Amino acid sequence: MRIVVDKQLCTGCESCIESCPYDAIVMEDDKAFINEYCQLCRNCLSVCPEGAIKEIEDIYDREPPDVGEFRGVWVFAEQREGRLADVSLELLGVGRRLAETRSTDLTAVLFGATDREAQELIKWGADRVLHAEDPLFEYFNDDPYVHLLSRLIQEQKPEIVLAGATAIGRSFFPRVAARLRTGLTADCTGLEIDPETGNLLQIRPAFGGNIMATIVCPRHRPQMATVRPRVMKKGRYDETRKGEILKVPTDGLSSRTRVIQTVKEETGVSVNLQEVDVIVSGGRGVGGPEGFKMLQELASLLGGAVGASRAAVDEGWIPYSHQVGQTGKTVCPKLYIACGISGAVQHLVGMQSSDTIVAINKNPDAPIFNVADFGIIGDLKEIVPLLIKKLKELKGQ
Amino acid sequence: MRIIVCVKQVPDTAEVKINPETNTLIREGVSSIINPYDMHAIEAGLQLKEKKGGTVTVITMGPPQAEEALREAISMGVDEAVLLTDRAFAGADTLATSRTLAGAIRKLGFDIVICGKQAIDGDTAQVGPEVAEFLGIPHVAYVKKIEEITEEKIVLYRMMEEGYDVVEAPLPLLITVVKELNVPRLPSLKGKMRAKKAEIKRFTHKDIGIEEDRVGLRGSPTQVKNIFAPERKKERKILQGSPEEQVEWLIEELKKLKCI
Ligand SMILES: Cc1cc2nc3c(=O)[nH]c(=O)nc-3n(C[C@H](O)[C@H](O)[C@H](O)COP(=O)(O)OP(=O)(O)OC[C@H]3O[C@@H](n4cnc5c(N)ncnc54)[C@H](O)[C@@H]3O)c2cc1C
Ligand SMILES: Nc1ncnc2c1ncn2[C@@H]1O[C@H](COP(=O)(O)O)[C@@H](O)[C@H]1O
Repeated sequence: MRIVVDKQLCTGCESCIESCPYDAIVMEDDKAFINEYCQLCRNCLSVCPEGAIKEIEDIYDREPPDVGEFRGVWVFAEQREGRLADVSLELLGVGRRLAETRSTDLTAVLFGATDREAQELIKWGADRVLHAEDPLFEYFNDDPYVHLLSRLIQEQKPEIVLAGATAIGRSFFPRVAARLRTGLTADCTGLEIDPETGNLLQIRPAFGGNIMATIVCPRHRPQMATVRPRVMKKGRYDETRKGEILKVPTDGLSSRTRVIQTVKEETGVSVNLQEVDVIVSGGRGVGGPEGFKMLQELASLLGGAVGASRAAVDEGWIPYSHQVGQTGKTVCPKLYIACGISGAVQHLVGMQSSDTIVAINKNPDAPIFNVADFGIIGDLKEIVPLLIKKLKELKGQ
Repeated sequence: MRIIVCVKQVPDTAEVKINPETNTLIREGVSSIINPYDMHAIEAGLQLKEKKGGTVTVITMGPPQAEEALREAISMGVDEAVLLTDRAFAGADTLATSRTLAGAIRKLGFDIVICGKQAIDGDTAQVGPEVAEFLGIPHVAYVKKIEEITEEKIVLYRMMEEGYDVVEAPLPLLITVVKELNVPRLPSLKGKMRAKKAEIKRFTHKDIGIEEDRVGLRGSPTQVKNIFAPERKKERKILQGSPEEQVEWLIEELKKLKCI
């Protein structure tokens, strides 16, 4: 479909211009015109007093979708050095739900690792594992991953294929989608089945989290999506679950790139923000590296780790590995305490799905309070030491 | 060496605010910038040229006003700029965008194609790898260092979650770059003068030789079904009282929730 302005009806009142979040409506010769920024969000349809904005169907829209022969939900299970990525287990959680809604099977695809990991995938919810073993999978190279996954998809025609939005997933998965000439939606925060059409509704943030969009891929299969780590919850682990492990032939695989070496980088303090239950995060309001020592003390008392806004990282008060947000990590702890952070959208997208959010900020209008469950309007230099003191008392220290 | 850099003009998302009453974006006064990661891609292209000789061409697919972004790139020192603009390109998703960009790149000729890691508006990080697939060449994503480059091969550092991989790849190649790679230069005065006058090539779908129904919206498998404002938490409590009371209250609430 397309959205167009009926020039006959348009009076040039400009009331539609504001409604467009993409700035796609412009005035041309005193009439509204919808330009190439249009994302088909339909926001403008209802605002025209003259009914001049219309949705029209292209012939293309009526082509019968040849999607019926595609069945089954697949999850690409990522491993590095034989260890399964947590995000893959989270995907098995969503995948299970999607498969049940579509009354179909859940398949995990594993390249590398051993039978043990394949078994784990079944216990985490897969009905079936397609397991390929080959020395080429010892390190990550795009070519063999792309070739083999594309081949399996072409042979077996799954309806939905999911992968983690990790360095690996984000590198090779788009190539698979391009090879299959199908759509791919990045960084979904929600995946649902449309009860009417059976299509996958892929919900993701747009404009740095300012707006959420539902994306569909109605005429192409498979429907492909990536999900960031820690956005979805893992499914249930069932020690007794049984499933099928199928070995996949790896003939004809090769790689044009070659990993010479893998290097683990020492960041000084080990931070694994994506695995802790409590994060105490600081922003520009913390005022300097000294302030972060105080946050570290609070975090340690709560058994957590320290996070930061980009402003604090840019000031050089704390290393980048602690940054939370659009260009940092996405975290989802049980408790997130934001100290001296204003709550810019780029920060919020990285932490707003935390279970409980506490904000400490001296500005009552700071947007961080919009996502906080508990807000303290005050000076963190006073509040945090008090918190530390009370917590120590509680612990009898 | 023929170096192609893909850049995208994006709204400066740091400035994009939401109107709490209408739940739509307030875009007035929001400036357009070159996608920050693409600035590093341009710098990488210029440095490669300084080392190996050749030409740097920037390309963008976008509306006519995206020309500004190309002129900015010229002021930094790139040799040539191409604007892919055509009503038929409207509404393209990453697949249609990549097909279009790849068509133009093939026409221009290339040894290395450089993209930013991701665009800050769509944030998908898909276009780079998809362009490589359409071109039939290998790619390396998240490049943070170019260690060595000869006529046939290149050695790169690829950022991973826990460190980096040292990767050897043949040319021609596509890379996507992260900001750790370099510090983009500022435009020179001479560059600015040249940018004003420079001629910008324009391509439509006909110039690239791709049918109209394979670009833009019609060539896009994915569609935006609807958009909505992010959910807000229903309930929030601003704690009252003296700092001591607030802290005590907070601790009580957190105990109730079994957070501590
Ligand atoms: C493309 C892009 C990507 C980005 N990615 C990220 C990202 O990943 N993560 C991120 O965090 N940001 C990101 N940003 C930056 C983001 O837009 C904000 O600039 C940043 O989050 C602001 O950090 P801040 O809240 O610490 O600083 P500020 O906005 O300066 O806020 C400081 C806050 O501290 C409060 N304060 C000051 N002193 C005290 C005190 N003594 N006690 C209590 N409160 C006090 C102030 O009231 C204020 O609200 C990105 C921006 C762009 C353009
Ligand atoms: N319309 C476009 N024109 C030129 N390059 C683009 C365009 N869209 C994306 N790119 C390139 O692809 C990279 C990744 O973009 P994205 O997949 O949208 O996150 C960007 O950093 C650009 O280098």
